[in-house]
Amino acid sequence: MTGASRVEVCIVACAEAWRGDGEILASSIGLIPRLAAQLARRTFAPDLVLSDGEAGLVGDDGAEGWLPYRAVLGIAATGRRHMMMGASQLDRYGNQNISCIGSWAQPTTQLLGVRGAPGNTINHPTSYWVPRHTRRVFVERVDVVCGIGYDRAAALGPPGNRFHEIRMVVTDKAVLDFQSPDRGMRLRSVHPGVSVDEVVAATGFPLQLPDHVPETRSPSDRELRLIRDQLDPAGLRDHELGR
Amino acid sequence: MADKVMSIAEAVGELRSGMTIGIGGWGSRRKPMALVRAIARSALTDLTVVSYGGPDIGLLVAAGRVRRVVTGFVSLDSIPLEPHFRRARQLGAVELTELDEGMLHWGLLAAARRLPYLPIRAGLGSDVLRINPELRTVRSPYSDGEELVAMPALTLDVAFVHLNRADRQGNGQYLGPDPYFDDLFCLAAARSFISCERLVDPAELRSGGPAQSLLISRMMVNGVLETPHGAHFTSCVPDYDRDEAFQREYAESAASPQAWDRFRARYLEADEAHYQRAVS
Repeated sequence: MTGASRVEVCIVACAEAWRGDGEILASSIGLIPRLAAQLARRTFAPDLVLSDGEAGLVGDDGAEGWLPYRAVLGIAATGRRHMMMGASQLDRYGNQNISCIGSWAQPTTQLLGVRGAPGNTINHPTSYWVPRHTRRVFVERVDVVCGIGYDRAAALGPPGNRFHEIRMVVTDKAVLDFQSPDRGMRLRSVHPGVSVDEVVAATGFPLQLPDHVPETRSPSDRELRLIRDQLDPAGLRDHELGR
Repeated sequence: MADKVMSIAEAVGELRSGMTIGIGGWGSRRKPMALVRAIARSALTDLTVVSYGGPDIGLLVAAGRVRRVVTGFVSLDSIPLEPHFRRARQLGAVELTELDEGMLHWGLLAAARRLPYLPIRAGLGSDVLRINPELRTVRSPYSDGEELVAMPALTLDVAFVHLNRADRQGNGQYLGPDPYFDDLFCLAAARSFISCERLVDPAELRSGGPAQSLLISRMMVNGVLETPHGAHFTSCVPDYDRDEAFQREYAESAASPQAWDRFRARYLEADEAHYQRAVS
């Protein structure tokens, strides 16, 4: 098995977000999180429930359920879900913006809208995939708080914040989390070939840096075979990173 | 039983400027586009449009029919950002009530149940409460005392949805994978109008799918329209998929006022029959 490419490292890093989640809905937006959820279920998280991207749930042998949008919203409210979505902006406490850039009243760039991000982040674990780690994404303050971060959750206090968890942020350079004393974003690992300085320079706020930053784990041979031969034989993943 | 079949002109004739209308479907999927096109061609103004937004929003905003959009997103799915809506927002040309997708669901449900609001956790801590300063929270009167968002009812004057099949009395059937929120839109509205790919007799409706595919009951419906290919260019599976090539042409018409004028002249100036000939 030839060495893993950067995007293959990213897929495995995203898959790790769902480790230990058990029998819940693993929702994903975008190709890399979708491949990651499929990889997780094929390997270390076999109980995950996956959508077909429309209203169906797919098991190993085909359809295993029906989950139209109204039921997805219902499952989100039960907490039996961990979603990995995108972020146009993210700040140090994990506040996420996908609504618009600039003033909300008249934005310079209208984006998607808040979508389900407020409900996701208040109801169940949420992670983010950022295909290009830059200071444009990792900003001091997001323009619109769609997915709520740890400072907002703390201000809300219990019991309202009891289901809030931002598990992980995976980028083309690194894996980040919020396992720090003040719940500020922490550099958890750097991908092979990426330096800590490079990640710090691409981040628009001070990151929490442990004394030793490990390297993101490399995909196993089995994981690489699954990605290359079964999950993405056409190699669509190679067009997904920022550069 | 009443025969509720009517024309597109009669359905759109029910609208008045300033009304709040709801549009079924989701993103660029099973949208009642024949009705949307007719509204775009009308002289109506200042509409408030409630929708899980797709090209219905873009087209009506570009045509100048809309004062306010109530939504959680506006997307063409395969083209993530709706270009006409983007343009209008960036020009400050349309007002927006931006809600979490679950809040929109809850607002329609409250309206359908004739409740003033329903409590929901979604929105707490987010800027949805900042950008919608009229929203209030409510404290549980029980021992938990939890504070929740009091999502107000999104009561509609009129709802429009598109189904695969319907009968002349207004029973409507969806044959695709997802009902979206179409029944809820009808129940949240004072008057509801359903368009369909094909009008069939009740026997064919029953044999066309399982009982649970009969999403819309005639007691929810005031008018029925047969608009073949009427969701075009959005998807209406299993009758047809999204017309991706045409959707790209539509998206490119947001590039400039001139591009929009060309698109409108070619596809929207005349009636639905003309549109269907132009895109076939």
